[in-house]
Amino acid sequence: MVRVRLVLIGAALALGGCVNVKPWVKPYERDRLADPIMSWDRDAISAAYLNHIYESREGSRGATGTAGGGCGCN
Amino acid sequence: MANAHKKLGQLSTVAAMLLARTAGAAVLPDDRADVFYSKYTGGGMDITGKSVSVRKKVTEAFGVEGNYFVDSVSGASIDVLSSASSIHDERKQKSLTLNYIRDKTEYTASYTNSTENDYISNTTHFSLSQDMFGDLTTVTLGFTTSRNKVGERSGGLTNWLGHAYSKSYEAGLTQILTKDLIAGVTFEVITDQGFLANPYRSIRYLDPSNPAKGYSLGSQVYPGTHTSNAVEARAKYYLPYRAAISASYRFYSDTWGIRGNTVELGYIQPVANRWIFEGRVRYYKQGHATFYSDLFPFAGSQNFMGRDQNLASSQNTTIGAKATYAFLPDGWKVFKRGTVTLDVSRIRFKYSDFRNIKDFGLPTYQPGSEPPYHFDATVLQLYMSMFF
Repeated sequence: MVRVRLVLIGAALALGGCVNVKPWVKPYERDRLADPIMSWDRDAISAAYLNHIYESREGSRGATGTAGGGCGCN
Repeated sequence: MANAHKKLGQLSTVAAMLLARTAGAAVLPDDRADVFYSKYTGGGMDITGKSVSVRKKVTEAFGVEGNYFVDSVSGASIDVLSSASSIHDERKQKSLTLNYIRDKTEYTASYTNSTENDYISNTTHFSLSQDMFGDLTTVTLGFTTSRNKVGERSGGLTNWLGHAYSKSYEAGLTQILTKDLIAGVTFEVITDQGFLANPYRSIRYLDPSNPAKGYSLGSQVYPGTHTSNAVEARAKYYLPYRAAISASYRFYSDTWGIRGNTVELGYIQPVANRWIFEGRVRYYKQGHATFYSDLFPFAGSQNFMGRDQNLASSQNTTIGAKATYAFLPDGWKVFKRGTVTLDVSRIRFKYSDFRNIKDFGLPTYQPGSEPPYHFDATVLQLYMSMFF
């Protein structure tokens, strides 16, 4: 129990310290990151469809950031 | 048609899609309407998909999205054809998503209903996304639950076999590392229970009483539970000129003994403000499930037995290309701009221990010595997006 409390106190201190971290990339420096070509998935429906193709034919699933719905399982 | 294992995986569908979407800044995306067409051809199957989607901000803080998707399937995969005839089926999916933003937090809720003549799925998803540390970091937590009714179609009638229930827990973190580099990691746990096997797929076992083939087919027996863990790391880098490269890696493991690794690389290049070209390469490899075998020694030789090709040792490689053309740069009536996109992918599937028993057999090939199965697939997507 004592160990759990120490961990919680440590985590709180760590998070408290993080809150004061200054952003090292200023908002006015994010023009490139805001470019549509830097989007993870510009077209959600397309990404979901492709992921469904894979999920229907592979054993793996999840954590892809996109996913598919639908059939393709016959 | 039902594939319970895969269908249950679909509960991550909306969840992961929303997770990705909400992993940006706490600003609702532009209003958008999409008309989507897709065509999958390969492995004896033709699947045509059509979709309509509309996303609209009601206020700056509240948005609504609706999607309707129809899949039409003809043909059947090899392990279905090995024991049954070709199939025609249609699936209809409807989903409604609500987004609400308050300060640096985005809340998302969605409901999805998917209906086939032998499978009904209802999925509910919630997620919360929080920007922090000067908006350099976005943390997302999500939960999804799905209830599925599984049946088997025979002679024009559906025999309902049971239910499958699934829950998904996900956590994601996106981090701006430099003014040119963004990275992210996503972790997802999915648990299923209930009727998890695909009723259309069969095991095969050695059977001396069937001299014509040397084997017979029987029903699969799956465990009643399934838990999987997947973690994916990815990064995207803005090159010194206006183009970007991306990379991702995913590791997957589950309680059925499957281990999978996925690697993907991408490149995106705009040209003359009107065109965006993309290329990607993806490689996937997995080991087989502990209860999988291409050929069991006799009927009932194990408690659990599967011969679904998704459970086999396999690998596949994808090469894809995508071109997007922007039109109406000055807008038209209510529309600010539009794009039309063509996306073509070629996928080569190879199996190590799933054999082609549809095309090969006695007297040339003894049971268990048939060549491993492989096939190529082409995926075409064509869609138009209007922003307003």
